[in-house]
Amino acid sequence: MKYNKGAILRAIEQPFLKTDLPEFDTGDTVRVDYRVSEGNRTRVQAFEGVVIARQNGKEGARATFTVRKISFGTGVERIFPLHSPLIGGLTVVRRGRTRRAKLYYLRDLRGKAARLKTDVSRQEVDRAAFRAAKKDKGAKRQEPEG
Amino acid sequence: MKGILGTKVGMTQVWQGDRLVPVTVVLAGPCPVVQRKTPETDGYSAVQLGWTEKREKVANKPELGHARKAGVGAQRHLLEFRDYAPEESSVSVGIFEAGQKVDVTGTTKGRGMTGVMKRWNFAGLPASHGVKKKHRSGGSIGQRKFPGRVYKGKKMAGHYGSERVTTVGLELLEIRADENLLLIKGAIPGANGGLIVVKDSQRRAV
Repeated sequence: MKYNKGAILRAIEQPFLKTDLPEFDTGDTVRVDYRVSEGNRTRVQAFEGVVIARQNGKEGARATFTVRKISFGTGVERIFPLHSPLIGGLTVVRRGRTRRAKLYYLRDLRGKAARLKTDVSRQEVDRAAFRAAKKDKGAKRQEPEG
Repeated sequence: MKGILGTKVGMTQVWQGDRLVPVTVVLAGPCPVVQRKTPETDGYSAVQLGWTEKREKVANKPELGHARKAGVGAQRHLLEFRDYAPEESSVSVGIFEAGQKVDVTGTTKGRGMTGVMKRWNFAGLPASHGVKKKHRSGGSIGQRKFPGRVYKGKKMAGHYGSERVTTVGLELLEIRADENLLLIKGAIPGANGGLIVVKDSQRRAV
């Protein structure tokens, strides 16, 4: 029986893929609005930190990314499935300049040493896009800070 | 018991509400009925299903003759399902219902000559304390002058994999009748592209 494995699997995954995801990479600081249900109540919890890894592909159905933040002096990392329906919003707060794809070395660094330089050129692209969007008022997007 | 033949396409994952569920995709059917066995002629009742047509050039004469009797092309795989008599001349995924439990049979990936740690989950020997070049060995295989032999069935290194395995009680998440696809929750035996048998689950509900 002849079949196209990739096409079959893509057709199954396709309905779950998000199309409105912002472009981001390791080193960027992002805010993830994650829906948390406690009992029968749901609320949105924001998790803001540096993306230290993108795993299992950049866009595919199985793609995940790892966000690291320092919470009350302790490093906290969370792995999010990129296409999770629990992610209400994903915003890039700051573009960081990195020289590698996985920033696991940040785990060994504290405080000032654990900072990343801002990627000014990529941030400028964001700003320009934001200004353009504001100008024709059609699109809604949040201002990248920093 | 009703069942169908198919090919394992591969695994992926789907979201069910807020839960991420692993699924195996199986391309199954339509399987032509090649032969029907009845108690009168054969002593038992069963149906023989085929899967994947062979080119006529590849098939030998007995295969061709057997298939011609049923009015189909020669089949690469033939398998009997006992006590199953589908009314149609071919069986497709529509015989199942989404949400039901199924048993899935396949041939596991061959692992070749395999040591005792991988094959039987032995713990091996310590990394230190004087252990020399024996870290993955199984240790002793018997006792002393009595019984003076190694017990039959002793778990030792050897050939592992390439065996027929049935995973029971898997949930059938979705049926895509127009594409002949079954979406089964969890993993099933064998490599992608392998022959798969899907049957109604025989496991009693717990």
